Order: sequence, then structure tokens, then C-alpha cells
Amino acid sequence: MDWTALSVSLRLAGLTCLFLLPVGIWLGRTLATAQFRGKGLCEALIALPLVLPPTVLGFYLLQQFGRDAPLGSFWASLTGGGLNFTFSGILLASLIANLPFAIQPIQRAFENVPINLREAAWCSGLSPWQTLLRIELPLVWPGILSAAALTFAHTLGEFGVILMVGGAIDGETRTLAIAIYDRVQAFDEQGAARMSALLLLVSLTTLGLVYGLAGRRRWVRG
Amino acid sequence: MGWPADVGGCVAEVMVGSGLEVMARQRGPIPLDASFSCPAGELLALVGPSGSGKTTLLRTIAGLYQPELGYVACAGSTWLATDRRCVLTPQQRKIGMVFQDYALFPHLNALANVQLAMGHLPHAQRQPLAKQWLANVRLEGLEKRFPSELSGGQRQRVALARALAREPQVLLLDEPFSAVDQVTRRRLQRELALLRQQISIPIILVTHDLEEAAALADQICVLHNGVSLQQGSPELLFRCPTSPLVAKLLDRHNIFEGHVVSISGQRRLQWGERYLEVAAGLADLPLGERVTWYLPPSDIVLHRRDRPSQGERENPVAATVHEMVVLGGITSISLRVSHGDMLRFDIATHAARRNQLALGESVYVSLLAEGIHLMSGDHVAKSLNNTSPNNKRNLS
Repeated sequence: MDWTALSVSLRLAGLTCLFLLPVGIWLGRTLATAQFRGKGLCEALIALPLVLPPTVLGFYLLQQFGRDAPLGSFWASLTGGGLNFTFSGILLASLIANLPFAIQPIQRAFENVPINLREAAWCSGLSPWQTLLRIELPLVWPGILSAAALTFAHTLGEFGVILMVGGAIDGETRTLAIAIYDRVQAFDEQGAARMSALLLLVSLTTLGLVYGLAGRRRWVRG
Repeated sequence: MGWPADVGGCVAEVMVGSGLEVMARQRGPIPLDASFSCPAGELLALVGPSGSGKTTLLRTIAGLYQPELGYVACAGSTWLATDRRCVLTPQQRKIGMVFQDYALFPHLNALANVQLAMGHLPHAQRQPLAKQWLANVRLEGLEKRFPSELSGGQRQRVALARALAREPQVLLLDEPFSAVDQVTRRRLQRELALLRQQISIPIILVTHDLEEAAALADQICVLHNGVSLQQGSPELLFRCPTSPLVAKLLDRHNIFEGHVVSISGQRRLQWGERYLEVAAGLADLPLGERVTWYLPPSDIVLHRRDRPSQGERENPVAATVHEMVVLGGITSISLRVSHGDMLRFDIATHAARRNQLALGESVYVSLLAEGIHLMSGDHVAKSLNNTSPNNKRNLS
């Protein structure tokens, strides 16, 4: 069992969720409620990682992360380090690859909140922030949970993008999914099997927990 | 995110009374040219077909919609004055709004729904007062129910309690009875009539139900394509609509055209071959003028066959029974006058039987001179044709 790889995977999935959920709530709400030019393009760009082969996405990110590319040099001026083959690099890649998983469920949830509930809250004297916290977020909570679950589980299983951008550096970029691949390459079928079973268990527990929680709301009945 | 803009500049100004004043004007996208007012303690019904701008005007009062030009003042303070760039947010206006589908918060129980509107009160007071409000609308014992566990009528009551819990300066009701069955509607209407006696703020009711408006409102404002055509008490509107269009919108029949003539020195209204006496208004019109006139059905008196009835000598008209529609205890009767116009009125079904009314029978009626109402404005056909293309739009 590669505990280091597991820890990298969990760290990556946790941080991806942490950074992506606020973005998902903000973008999901904006896309659900606002009308603006280029909204379709915006939605298409967000959905792109769903259909793009991970290696293609990884290839472009690899290029952008290079020190002579704008993004890579900006990062270098900010932190002094590089992005390719570092944990920061695979985290950034994972944030981009998971955009659709974090935004779409939240956007769908916001779309299902009737506009006049917001208006009723304003008429009841609630400020826009109070409306968000006390009316909208409780109502879109299932969407946020499933966004979190999908993002977490998808990051644990992400392979192509991480391999392209991060390689397989022990303790830095070798995630569990990559470690499994390495084990199989080394004909260590038992090790691969143990890690696969663990990944299966973690994914299943996450999803079960989330959907179980989401279903326990009394007011949905009837 | 599109929050309503919070623009300063609303200077408190002295306004007489504590009623509501509204003016809204714009060309598009929803054309508006309306103004109306409602004193405290009175109920004003905004009526009109769908697309007449009723809901838009209600939203203008609430601050959920801002017309190009607008003015809203309530209880002595200005809420909207576009010329002075004064725009208060919905939160800054003290409004109680009951939405058409009630807009209850589905994740909060009845008590929490009401409590949410009590942000202006200290925390400790909110729960007991919210319970009190629910009790006021006869919902004690249902505090812990979620909206999905309440019936339509109960939801409407929670919405009303929530609106009142804000201690508003105006109560806005957007077709509050449209989503419940007939029996519940009657009961809720009765409760609203009772509630009115307890609160002394202006109440604005949006409805397309004329009966409801006539039963509940002190004043009715008739809207068409965003234009406020006439405001007045139900009695006034049903007797003296200012134009044929208002009469049509109020579902009035007996709208005819005639000419002003002089018969042996007396002004008369020529209608077909008849010369009608009119109590008021004829003297101001030039001879030969074409006028549109209206007669409330209550001022058509059917002559009894067995003995002469009151007012028999007043504008007697011979006609044949063209149509009889029995609707329970009331029979709606259409009479064809010799030149083709159709008089329509209701009488009790037993009275129709006693008079042996039957299709094709000849009868006499009197058109009471007191009731004949001459209307300004365009002639029937013209004014209705002018407005019909926009009539189809559904904005509400």
C-alpha cells in the first residue's frame, strides 16, 4: 500500500474542493440568475473538460505551465517556483479539470430556486447577503453537496491530466490512481488490487455520505 | 448579481396623509401610463385583463421593478422618485407582499417563515409575536408544519401572516385567491374583509376577478395596456364608466350609440326610431352629436303584463325576447329592439316565469332616464379596435 500516494490524493482532492466550491457557488449562481452576453460561451468553456480527452487538456496545461509561457512565468514571479511536476501544478490542473463538476450541479440547483423566493426575502426585509445565506444556500445545499462529492471523487480518480502535468514524483505528484498504474506496470498485482479497493471504498463512502445527507430533508416531501 | 440599486437622495418630504401615491410612466418594454392613490385603511383593487400591467405596478410599489419615470410615496415618505434619483430598495420600503403563489420558503416551517420577516424587532420578541400572527390568521397548532405540509388556503394565510409581521405601511396582494378552490376562496375573501377592519394601512389588491374587486374594494382602478383608465368606487364605476372601453373591461353590456336631437324644444337622445329622455349630460352636447351611452341593467324595468308598473311612462321601449339563459335563480334576458340593438339584463327566474317570458314574445321595458350615462371619448367600435392588437400580450 502506497500511503504517500494516498495522502497526496486526499490532499489534492480536499484542496480542490476547498478552492473550487466558493467559485462554483459564485459562478453557478451568476450563470443561473444573470443574463449577459457570452453566457453560452462561458458555459461551453466550463463544460469543455467533460468532453476533452484528459491528455489534451494536460498537454495544453503543460505548455501553459512552462516558464516561458505567460502563466508559468507569472507563477514563477509570484512564488519563485515552477508549476510543471509540482503539487501546485497538479492542484491548478485539477481545479481546471473539475470546473464542470463543481459548477454545473450548483448552477442547476440555483436555477431551481424560484425567483420570487428571492423577491419575497427582499420584501421581508432580508438583505441580499442574508437572502443568500438564509434562503438560497439552504435550498441549493443538495447541489453544493453533490458538487463537492463529484469534485472529490473525480479528483481521486483523475489520471490523464495529472500524469501529463505532474508526472509521478513520489510524495509530490504521484496520486493513488497513478500509483496503481505504476504497480501494474511493475507486475505488482496485489499492491494494485489493494489500492484499487481502497479507492473504490473511499469513492463509494463519499458518494453514499453525500447522497444520504441530501436525502434527509423533511420539507422536500409532499 | 443584479441586486436592486441602492441610490441615495431620498429626502424626507412632507406629504399630507398616510396613504399611497403611485405614478409610473414608460414606453417600453412594458408600456405604462398609470397613476392611482389609496388612502390608509382603504382597499384599492387594480383590475384589468392579463397584460394590463397590474402586477408590474404592484412590483413598482414593492421596489422589485423600476419604470423609466415613476413616483411612489407612502405614509409620508418617498420610496421612488425617478426625477430626483430617489430609489429605495425593497428592504428599505416597509411593504407586506403576498405573492400569487405565496413564495413561502420551503425549507422553513410556518413559524420560521413568519419570523424571518421580523428583522426589525429584537430577537427575543420575534417568536412569541410570530406565533401571535399565525394565531391571527387562525393557524395555531400548525406552526411546525412546512409549506409542503399545508393546504393551499393555509399557505395563503402563512403568506399573509408573514406580510403583516413586517408591520408594513402598505399591504400588496398579487391575485392572492387565484390558486385556491372556490370554497376556500370565498372563506379567504371573507377573512380579508374582516382583517381590513383591523389594519389601517393602504391595501392594494391585484385581481382580474371583477366580482372579487367589487366585493372587497373601496376603490377600483381599471387598467388596460398599462394605462390607468379610471379610478373610483365600484358603484361609480359600474354606473358611470368614463369610456366605452372601461365599460367593456368591466364586462358591462347595454352600450349603444345615439344622436343628440331636439324634439319640441327638449333635448332628446335619438336611439333608432326612439327619442329617449336623459336625466343629465345632454344639454352640454351640441345638436347632432353622436354619443355612446350606457345603461346599467338595474335601470331597465320590465313592464308587467297584468298591471302597469312604476316608471312605465319613462322611455318605454318595445322589444322581442331574443335569448333567455337560466342560471339558477337568475335569468339573463336579451331583448332585441326594432332597430337591432340588444338590451341585456338579469331578472329573478321566478319573475321571468310569472311574466310568461318566452323566446319571440313581445315585451315592453322602460329605460330609466336617471340611469342613462353618456360617455366621453371615442365610439365603441373605434376605441375597442384601436386597442385590441395589444390586448393579447401577456405580461403578468
